[in-house]
Amino acid sequence: MLSHLWAIFLAPFQDFIFMRHALVACLALALGCGPIGVLLVLRSMSLVGDALSHAVLPGVALGFLVSGLSLYSMTLGGIAAGLAVALLSGAVSRLTLLREDASFAALYLASLALGVLLVSWRGSSLDLVHVLFGTILAVDDAGLVMVASITTATLLILAFIYRPLIVECVDPGFLRSVSGKGALMHLIFLVLVVLNLVAGFQALGTLMAVGMMMLPAVSARFWARQVWSTALAAMVIAMLSGYAGLLLSYHGNLPSGPSIILTAGLCYVFSVVCGAHGSIYSRYRAAQHLTG
Amino acid sequence: MSFSPTVLTLVLALCLAGGGTATTAEKKLNVVATFSILGDLTKNVGGNRVEVTTLVGPNGDVHVYEPTPAAAEAVRSADLVVVNGLALEGWMDRLIKNSGFKGPVVVASQGVKPREMAAGELEEGAKHGPLMTDPHAWQDVGNARLYVQNIAKGLEKVDPASASVYRANAEAYTAKLGELDQWVRKEFSGIPRQQRRMITTHDAFGYFGAAYGIAIISPVGFSTESEASAGDIANLIKQIRREKVTAVFMENVSDPRLMEQVAKESGVTLGGTLYSDALSKSDGPASTYLEMFKNNVTLIAGAMWKGI
Repeated sequence: MLSHLWAIFLAPFQDFIFMRHALVACLALALGCGPIGVLLVLRSMSLVGDALSHAVLPGVALGFLVSGLSLYSMTLGGIAAGLAVALLSGAVSRLTLLREDASFAALYLASLALGVLLVSWRGSSLDLVHVLFGTILAVDDAGLVMVASITTATLLILAFIYRPLIVECVDPGFLRSVSGKGALMHLIFLVLVVLNLVAGFQALGTLMAVGMMMLPAVSARFWARQVWSTALAAMVIAMLSGYAGLLLSYHGNLPSGPSIILTAGLCYVFSVVCGAHGSIYSRYRAAQHLTG
Repeated sequence: MSFSPTVLTLVLALCLAGGGTATTAEKKLNVVATFSILGDLTKNVGGNRVEVTTLVGPNGDVHVYEPTPAAAEAVRSADLVVVNGLALEGWMDRLIKNSGFKGPVVVASQGVKPREMAAGELEEGAKHGPLMTDPHAWQDVGNARLYVQNIAKGLEKVDPASASVYRANAEAYTAKLGELDQWVRKEFSGIPRQQRRMITTHDAFGYFGAAYGIAIISPVGFSTESEASAGDIANLIKQIRREKVTAVFMENVSDPRLMEQVAKESGVTLGGTLYSDALSKSDGPASTYLEMFKNNVTLIAGAMWKGI
């Protein structure tokens, strides 16, 4: 019995280095993406993550065109493109009547189109699919170090700007009245979003990276009430999704990225139905309590 | 590999002799060969007496070729058509019929002892289909000698006036093939037989493996089309360890980074690009049959040495 459990849940990671690499990458991503996702939800920017994940494409493609499948050039390109879109849309919304989400939409679509153009320009040696859906099974030492560094930096910076950032989230006017740092907080936060998306892109591909960021964060809302505890719950859900998704991919012969995100999706469905706060189940209980 | 000066002089002398007779008949023979490897062999036998048209060019896939109107026209106006046979060119019979070609057809693989392969190896998906004839006979240099003989005979029949030229060219080229064969055997001779084991997604190396004592293993359940799962990768690594494979050639797997991880973990060396069914373009590493063979053997033997 015990050996069966061992074979199912631990042996894959014991036997294969690539599985350990993938797991560590998932855990590191979960630590960084969890809190970032929660803050995105808190700021009603849930879809901005999606937009930014597409916006990094031209930078990644450019990096690829310059030096092939190189971790560093593709990462740098992705960060540059993501930041450019984030900063430009911030600037447009501040200088014109357009709201930030609208300018985000405009810029990310243009950026995505440019990316597709660049990828197809070089020809067939790298399919667009591999940029959009990277594979966590191919994460090497350099990739791990990069993901871990970005996560560490994210957590340190978040700890540093935690209070002003939250104040900016709930009451931007108040922060503006006590100090002029609102815009700065917003900017730092956007940089962190881009960094984490690029880290996720290396491991999971651009489309899947945003799933790792948003799904656990949205699910966590049903389990915790404070920002810090929600972030913690998001981290745990993301880690569990990564672990369970990898096992699913191993035993079920399924592609790894979609397995992980789909597991996170299942966590979301479960949270919506059975979560402790505001879920269907808890609302039903509360309604019964009132009538009964 | 270097050719001895005597062979070179012989070739030169024969070429000059051939040039002498060429003046009597000005018109060159139009010969159509179905794919690039056959085209190269035909050029070597025909020399300057023939104009070779290749239907499936460099880097093309002869298995899934769709004949074009231009191909039909080339076949129609040909003096001789050279095909591989062994059911490689399934599209050729219809092309010959539709084009109205009435001339002779040389089946280059005539006399080759056919090998069998699982039918599924040609098509993605089907795993263990019924056995069918393996058409990739040219991957054994011994068979290439037969190809050359058959092509020379065919050319002699349509152009008896230049028969001596074709025979001399064929002899000179056969000598080169003999040297190539020797060299290949020497390259592999240092590697113990039980360590000549390679995994490849190519289905074309059956004859090669049989001729030079190399076990060709196809990866289990590994599709080059769809995205890899953790289970697939684990199975491949297990297979490499279990079968004590020393060289892995899977350059057509979609993500090169993935294969690097596999190589690192299983301790084998990833080879480079093997050419099996087509030559490379003229600036590539396998623009002729001889070069293709040298390229493949150098890569395979090199990977095995590192893998031991």
